[in-house]
Order: sequence, then C-alpha cells, then structure tokens
Amino acid sequence: MSKLTVVEGSYAVAHAAKVCRPDVIPAYPITPQTHIVEELSQFAANGEIGACEYITVESEFSAISALIGASAAGARTYSATTSQGLALMHEVLFNASGMRLPLVMTVANRAMSAPLSIWNDHQDSIAQRDTGWIQLYAEDPQEAADMTPQVYKICEDSKIMLPAMACFDGFILTHVYEPVVLLEQDLTDEFLPPFAPEHILDPSNPKTFGAFADPSIYSEFRYMQELGMSAALKKIETVADEFNEIYGRYYGGLIDGYYLDDAEIVLVAMGSVIGTIKDVLDELRAEGKKVGLLKIRSFRPFPTDAIRNAVKNAAIIVPLDKSISIGKYEGALCTEIKASLYNTKIDIPVLGYMFGHGGRDIPPERIKKIVSEAEKAIVNGITIESSYADLREELL
Amino acid sequence: MNKTTELFAPGHRGCAGCCDALAAKFMLKAVGENCIVVTPTGCLEVFSTPFPESAWNVPWIHSLFENTAAVASGIEAALKALGRKNDTKIMAIGGDGATIDIGIRGLSGAFERGHDFTYVCVDNEAYMNTGVQRSGGTPFAATTTTTPAGKASFGNLRPKKNMPQIMLAHGSPYVATTSIAYPKDMMRKVKKATEITGPTYVHVHAPCTTGWGFDGSKTIELGRLAVQTALWPMMEIENGDITGVHKIRNKRPVEEYLKAQKRFKHLFSIPDGAEIIKKIQELADWNADQYDL
Repeated sequence: MSKLTVVEGSYAVAHAAKVCRPDVIPAYPITPQTHIVEELSQFAANGEIGACEYITVESEFSAISALIGASAAGARTYSATTSQGLALMHEVLFNASGMRLPLVMTVANRAMSAPLSIWNDHQDSIAQRDTGWIQLYAEDPQEAADMTPQVYKICEDSKIMLPAMACFDGFILTHVYEPVVLLEQDLTDEFLPPFAPEHILDPSNPKTFGAFADPSIYSEFRYMQELGMSAALKKIETVADEFNEIYGRYYGGLIDGYYLDDAEIVLVAMGSVIGTIKDVLDELRAEGKKVGLLKIRSFRPFPTDAIRNAVKNAAIIVPLDKSISIGKYEGALCTEIKASLYNTKIDIPVLGYMFGHGGRDIPPERIKKIVSEAEKAIVNGITIESSYADLREELL
Repeated sequence: MNKTTELFAPGHRGCAGCCDALAAKFMLKAVGENCIVVTPTGCLEVFSTPFPESAWNVPWIHSLFENTAAVASGIEAALKALGRKNDTKIMAIGGDGATIDIGIRGLSGAFERGHDFTYVCVDNEAYMNTGVQRSGGTPFAATTTTTPAGKASFGNLRPKKNMPQIMLAHGSPYVATTSIAYPKDMMRKVKKATEITGPTYVHVHAPCTTGWGFDGSKTIELGRLAVQTALWPMMEIENGDITGVHKIRNKRPVEEYLKAQKRFKHLFSIPDGAEIIKKIQELADWNADQYDL
C-alpha cells in the first residue's frame, strides 16, 4: 500500500517532475504556478535531481526558448507556467511542436488579463489549442502528479514527438493541501524509460534543426504533426493502463466516465470541477435521476470517436466550460462536442454552459440548477444553445 | 548533405558579395567543427537552410527571431547536464535586428546568467531580410525603407545603439568589435571569444550590398572604409579593459565612405546635406579621439 502524505498540490507536481529525472529546468515565477518552480529549485539545491541544470531565466519567453535548445541537444526538459506566461510563450509553442521537440510543461490554469485576474479558469490553455501541443487536464493533485510521467512517456514516443501540457487548475489544485501518494522513484524509473531522441545537436553528427519550408513542402510538416497527434490518441490510453499496472492508479485515458453508461443527461467537463460534479451526481443518483459525467482528460488530441461512443445513448449533452470564445458565445468544449457529433447519426441536443471564469466559485447548487434546466430542455427543447451559468445580472 | 571541407558550405542562396555568408564562412573556419551554431530568423537562416538543403556542416538550430540567446543558453545547460559540454563551443550568430532590437531581453538574460557561449552580432545596420527597414543599428542619416529622406527628413534621425558597451555592462569577460573586411582580425577575435569561459560578445560590422546600395564586388572595400574613417572602431575589451585597438594609418574623410553607398546619396544633394555630413565626421572624430585610433 502506497503511503499517503498531505502536501500542497504544487509540491506533488514538483515532486513528480523531479522523479522523471529532467536534465534542464528553466524557471520563471508567475502566480499561481510559482510554488512548483520554487519546490524544484530546492530539490536542485539539495542535489536531489542529479546533474539537472536549473536556470532562472528572465521571462517565460526565454524559459520555453531554453527548453527548445535543451531538448534539441538531447535533454529531458521541464517547466511550468500559466496564463500571461503561457500567452507570452505563444509563438514559441508553435515552434516547439513544429520542430517535434517533446517538451513537457505543467500549466496551472489561470484567467487572462484584462481585467487582471490571478484566479482559475481555462482561457489560457484553450487559447493555445492550435499550437500543436498535447493537452491533458487533471481533476485533482494526485492526477496532476501522476500525469507528469505519463505525458513524458506519451510525447517522447518516436511516433509522436510532440510537446505536451499537463494542465491543472490554478489555486484550486495548485494551492490545496490533500493527501497524495508522492511518486516513487523506483516505480517511475520502471515506468518511464530514459529520453533517447534519434536526432540531437551533436558535433560528431551535425544536423540542421529549424530549416525554412517553401509552399511546396510546408503542408506535409503540419500533416506529419497530425499523424503524431493520431498516434497520441492510442498512446494516451495505453500509457494510462501501464501507469495503472505499475502504480495502481487510473484516472481515465482520453476520457473517463462517472455514472455514464445509462445516463440520460451527460455533463461534460475538464479539470477540478469534476470533483464537485461527482459529489452532486452521487446525490442526484440517490434521487433516481439518470445523470452522468463525461470527463475530458485529453483535449488535444481531441477524442472524437471516444466521445461519440460515450454519449450516443444520452438524451441531452451538457458541456460545461471554463473558457469562452468571445464572439461565439460558447466555450471550446461546447463547440468541439457539437462538431464531433455533426455528420453522424447521433442527433442529441447540446446545451452549453460557461462558468467559473476568473476563479468564480462553482458550488454544487450551480450544477444542480444546470441539471434541472437540462431536464426541462429534454421535454421542451433547447431555447438558448449556450449561456453563462453564473452571471451576476445585478452588476450589468 | 554533401561533405565539403567548408563548415559553411558553398551553394547557398546568399547574394553575390553577401556579408553574412562571408562572416559565417570565416568564423566557422576559425572556431572549427566542434561547435553548435544558433541563428535567429533572418537572411543567413533563410539562404542557408531551404529545406531539404543546408549549408551547415556543424550542428545548427534556428528557432525564432528573438530567442537566439535563450536557445543557446538551453543548449549550454543541456550539454552540461548530460556531461557533453567538454570543449564544444556554442556560438550564436544574429543580425542587428535580432540582437540589438527584438532579441535584447533574451540576450541580456543569457549574459547576466553567465552561460558559456559566444554571441556574434553580424551587423549590417538594418532589417535586410524584410527589405531594408531601420533597426537600432542603423547609422545616423542613413535612408532605409522606413527612414526615407524627404522634404521633412534627412533619413534616420538617431545614431547607432552602442551595443558593445551594453554587453560590456553585463560583466562579459570578452567584448570585441571587428569587421568582415578584416577576416583575420574577425577570425582571431571570434576564436578567442569561444575559447574564453563565460558569455562573450563579438560585434562584426558587415556591409550589405543590397541594403546599402553598392556593387557586390565592393563589400570588403566598404567595410575597410568604415574602419579607416573611424566610423567603426575595432577593439578588444577584456575583463572591462580595452586591451587592443586597431590603429588607423591614413584616416579617410567620411565623405569617401558615404558617397560610395546609395543609403547616404541624398546627403550630397539635399540643402542641409553638408551640415549632416559634418555631424557624421564629428562622430568619426569622436571615435578616433576616444579610442586613440
């Protein structure tokens, strides 16, 4: 039986990063990610991460740029960021995936300014959706820690070679103290093989990284990234299973379900709100309501087939978004779930809700109200396809 | 890739008389094959690596325009962590825009952190790859496509940013200025810079045939005139002290340098041209006096 320790979520993740034996960690502070790089700096100062080079860079832009240089030179790399820091990296995110460098970053999800907000939502990572990074979302500190070696194993696969973000909610998960199993070094060494890339910067075998492509060749680079993402669809599942075999914990592969099999109302969500939803579902099921949860663990690659299969018998699908696409008036999950169902024989109404922006709390009552509105929509049909679930009308 | 004896191979797509190609070729000759090169986006990157071709017979990486020094610092950290640093040199080669303007934050950070690498700025005094726009390296009164001369302007209003002094302020153990027109001087300084532990900086003056408007056969001649007029002083600064200055035997008037280039041509026809040329001469005289050229 693994030993449970009460630690902060950030410590659990920093510890998980440490046991993955990173060679280079460029670090830059930003709330609410900072505790992760602070913990890692102490591990490095204690000599607990081997010969790891911990670099205190002058910006997130240089953090990820240093990751690119280090990874191209053959190093396993780690960093963590959030929000404005992730946005500052935007240009470099494309560059890393285009060069097929399997960088790993933890993203402590936070809202985007303006107005300035240090609290949680998913606008930051969702805004990086099309940069070619794998994106997984964790529901609690244990999953966030466990996800760390998993994403290394996924993105360092020679058929994938794409960078990955392990996302977990800022403050709600980074700053919460919970009992977790700190990842064991021996099990992690068994689970995660050393990084041994085929192509590196090496004077004994000179290679060119980052050439430019004219129109006759560019599309094929993008297509090959898509093939990498397709390979990741399978790998995310198998890695979750392998992790379960070695560590004895499982949080789903691409997706996971809770009371999903016979659910008429299927709530769809990512991240820490999953915990709240599970508690609410326990109550509602006790009342006999056929409500279930589809947890999206992998947002990129987007698990279209798995989602279709999971929701095909539902009466209504209810995506719950902590993002918003301003001008579309819905969140990314809502848009993508709807897109996944089009051109199929699945004809199920989709009722989208946005909530929890800028760290606004999502109490159980909010979920219950959404479920009751979904029940009415099953009978009466949908009048509004997407709306805010927690708008304070009195302020407008 | 065809193996040649050149570490920067011929057959690339640079202009005839290209300063970047000359710089890359001679610098790699000096530093040797145990070297990893990082370059930003720019002419050198574009003309040397049209996929699937590459002119580089050393490991080479291009990431973006403004992150060259940060990428180099990551490479250095990786080689150290993996036990592969040994005698391997890491050399960043950036243009003036990538170095002086858009990349200065990352460059400053990498020098402050003290990474063991050499940053070479090949300064052709404007954004040449995008079609000759003004940079912080563009000299006073030069015309570019964003500082044209007209009734209300004599061209670029400001003098060059003094980048070597900025790098010196970071405590770099070795800062040098040189010119592609003096290949032996450039090779010696770049080699020396890569052999000194810590972040070292070499600023190379590099006349651009296309951007400055002169015949491709005159690149070296223009570079020599910049030095001989004292507009481009060549020196070495070791641990903060000037340890070597290139002396000028027969100092030439700046007119000789200016009239050989289209970017200064307007100074010989506009009403206040003589006054501006006088100011440029004063800049040159200040250099000659300050550095005892």
